[in-house]
Amino acid sequence: MIDSIDLSLVNWSRGQFALTAFYHWFFVPLTLGITFIIAIMETIYVRTGDESWKKITKFWMTLFGINFAIGVATGLIMEFEFGTNWSNYSWFVGDIFGAPLAIEGIMAFFLESTFIAVMFFGWNKVSKKFHLLSTWLVAFGASLSALWILVANAWMQYPVGMQFNPDTARNEMIRFWDVLFSPVAVNKFLHTISSGYVLASVFVVGVSGWFLLRRRNILFARRSMIVASIFGILSSIHLIATGDGSTRQIARIQPMKLAAIEGLYHGQEGTGLVVFGIMVPSEEDPVNENIKDFVFRIEIPNLLSYMSYGNREAFIPGVIDLLEGSEQRGLLSAAEKIERGKYAREVLRELKEADQNNDLTRYESLKATFMDDQFKNEYFRYFGYGFIDDPDKLIPNVPLSFYSFHFMVALGFYFLLFFILTLIFVYTGSIERRKGFQRLALLTIPLAYLATMLGWTVAEMGRQPWVIQDLMPTFAAVSRLDANTVQVTFWLFLIVFTALLIAEVKIMTKQIKIGPNEGGN
Amino acid sequence: MFENLSHLSLQQYWWVIISLLASFLVFLMFVQGGQTLIYTLGKTTLEKTMLVNAIGRKWEFTFTTLVTFGGAFFASFPLFYATSFGGAYWVWMAILFCFIIQAIAYEFRSKPDNFLGRKTYDVFLFINGALGTILIGTAVGTFYNGAMFSVNEMNSSQWETSVRGLEAVLEWHNVALGLTVFFLSRILGILYFIRNINDENIQRRSRKQLLYNTIPFLVFFLAFLIRLLIKDGFAYEPETYEVSLERYKYLHNLINMPLVLILLLAGVILVVYGLYRGLFTDNITGFYFSGSGTVLVVFSLFLIAGLNQTCYYPSLFDLQSSLHIENSSSSRYTLTVMSYVSLLVPFVLAYIIYAWSSVNKKRIDADEIKNESHVY
Repeated sequence: MIDSIDLSLVNWSRGQFALTAFYHWFFVPLTLGITFIIAIMETIYVRTGDESWKKITKFWMTLFGINFAIGVATGLIMEFEFGTNWSNYSWFVGDIFGAPLAIEGIMAFFLESTFIAVMFFGWNKVSKKFHLLSTWLVAFGASLSALWILVANAWMQYPVGMQFNPDTARNEMIRFWDVLFSPVAVNKFLHTISSGYVLASVFVVGVSGWFLLRRRNILFARRSMIVASIFGILSSIHLIATGDGSTRQIARIQPMKLAAIEGLYHGQEGTGLVVFGIMVPSEEDPVNENIKDFVFRIEIPNLLSYMSYGNREAFIPGVIDLLEGSEQRGLLSAAEKIERGKYAREVLRELKEADQNNDLTRYESLKATFMDDQFKNEYFRYFGYGFIDDPDKLIPNVPLSFYSFHFMVALGFYFLLFFILTLIFVYTGSIERRKGFQRLALLTIPLAYLATMLGWTVAEMGRQPWVIQDLMPTFAAVSRLDANTVQVTFWLFLIVFTALLIAEVKIMTKQIKIGPNEGGN
Repeated sequence: MFENLSHLSLQQYWWVIISLLASFLVFLMFVQGGQTLIYTLGKTTLEKTMLVNAIGRKWEFTFTTLVTFGGAFFASFPLFYATSFGGAYWVWMAILFCFIIQAIAYEFRSKPDNFLGRKTYDVFLFINGALGTILIGTAVGTFYNGAMFSVNEMNSSQWETSVRGLEAVLEWHNVALGLTVFFLSRILGILYFIRNINDENIQRRSRKQLLYNTIPFLVFFLAFLIRLLIKDGFAYEPETYEVSLERYKYLHNLINMPLVLILLLAGVILVVYGLYRGLFTDNITGFYFSGSGTVLVVFSLFLIAGLNQTCYYPSLFDLQSSLHIENSSSSRYTLTVMSYVSLLVPFVLAYIIYAWSSVNKKRIDADEIKNESHVY
């Protein structure tokens, strides 16, 4: 692991990974959701035999095909970047983290790629039922792949089911089911795929709104809206419920993240939930970018305590409490955690030294220390703090986390309302004359993309400085490369990805304009 | 079941799985090989469209196998993942760039308003087919010839050249493997076209091209194989993990593992027989023989790289830093879990074969392309 760190290298490496993740996550949510919407539409076609449903299905399938490829390409890059740019991470936790990635390939990717070929090229070659089955399998395959990568991601936020092996200087898996069924993994999976389903539903409603604005393919648009808005309502409810579940989990396992997303500096019993707030530089510490004051806020009293612990009076620690600690509350100070982390690292160093000098007695005694439960609970669990030299570095970017989280939540509720209104307007037959709503539907598409990006920002920026919660800070995970090398690949990726994004948007727009051929109305 | 296996047995089992995935990956690179021949075999737009669509329906298999190969290597031998990917940065990045541009090229090339123009996407396909195969082959060459890295007591690795893996091209044996993979993928691509496109002109040109590609393939393959069999290899002591050079190591591996030798010979015979069918008969099934032969040859070459106390990723900088299946693998528990997952592989293969054959039932011809709703 790294002792001397080139911060420029860390920043470029983070930048490159964020760039790849951004472009990856730009395409994947639509794939996750639209495959189910397509499968539902094709099911209606197979059950009714109505050819216009087949045309509707094929239209959305074309858009899915355009979107799918870039998600695949950026996914490959992300997988390999764990090795190319985060090689220390790859060794330190590869024993646990690699497994879900491999399972994802074996279980999900083949399912997706195999049946996509049938879905696109099998219309006249296989039976209707087999084709329908293939479409459903593509949908399940897409969500299944999300399961495994989110299991891996959840483990980084809540490392469970593993044990540190000082001989190999890495963490090793000891309970697979704990990793797979970790409550964080389950909730993260459900929340994230729901967000994809919501985004895809917004996309379908929005594009359909465009057809209505243009007064063309009316029946096609109405039918697409019905399927998407019902799917969207169910997904939105699920999204909100799992989002609520996340709050409870974060309160327990990542209190600093909760404090950051709520802009909570000084904790108290009966903490309120900030519904809306504007942050300005703090009067106490104006130079610190992470310490802010609220110039304005709307707060619901006691709600955060209730949401986090089911108790209106529960204490929620703030950023400062978590740094300074409190004996009364059972909170260790950051300085104490750093000391303990440094001690754990020192024991490991001594063990390696004893091993190299063939000092067997000392080696055995230090190894026993590592296996000791008290050492694990009181020292090793803070291993990552041993890399930190300044407690301030333990604070994530508070304004970014706060605003991202609040916009995301607001948009989540807006989408639910949006789908309900869509369904009502379609059923009452007024959707065709509601020009304003049709325009709103179109404008909601970028909001859905914004919301999902904000969600990703909350999850990944809110947990900084950790790449593995409390065990490895991000800067210690980086591959020992020259910063200029990473800078070059960063720009290359940016150019290539952006060119492909432009191409995709142009192609997609053109295909939408072409429309579902002569089908639909 | 797998719980009863020793750590070493699991490590060997996983090396076999990695070898199998690698062999399928090379076989599926017929897609890449085919991509380099679109303008050679197709003269009219319709012919080119038929060629692109024939292989375009399979690109995801190659891509997925590459992703799975990476994931499986990560899960089973994470120290290789950390050392090689983080070290030979430029080589792996170059490979990745070759594959990003492929993924979108099929879907975008014939769509209106595609920003970069059809020609650009076809160039992307060509780059992926040519550079992608040569680079992967050259990178795998370092499994036999070594690379410039060191690993410390914390298993943290360091690359010892500034060109970050590109130095592999200075060893002709690595490049010979790269070119072997390139010409092999072209051969398989041609045989696939012969099997799946029902068009007289394409058939005629394909058979001619098959000859032009078979000759360099045989030259590079034999040069690679002969050199491999007479070169020193990197062996390690099973007890102490002490690494040393051993004369004729890979030849010894074949002699010590006669089953692998049989697989290699059978593979070579099948590849050659498939070529014979394509070159000297009107038969269209050469693809199956050369394809399965490719799987066997690559499988056996990977097996002798990692089994029988051989370092599969030797270090030229510090011999003792060399990676072998015992010092670079995941824990026994993780390999056991992953072994259960590997039981899914036959099931996955079965549905792939079923879905593949259901789409490939009818050979592609001009009529089909004109009537197909989803055309690349």
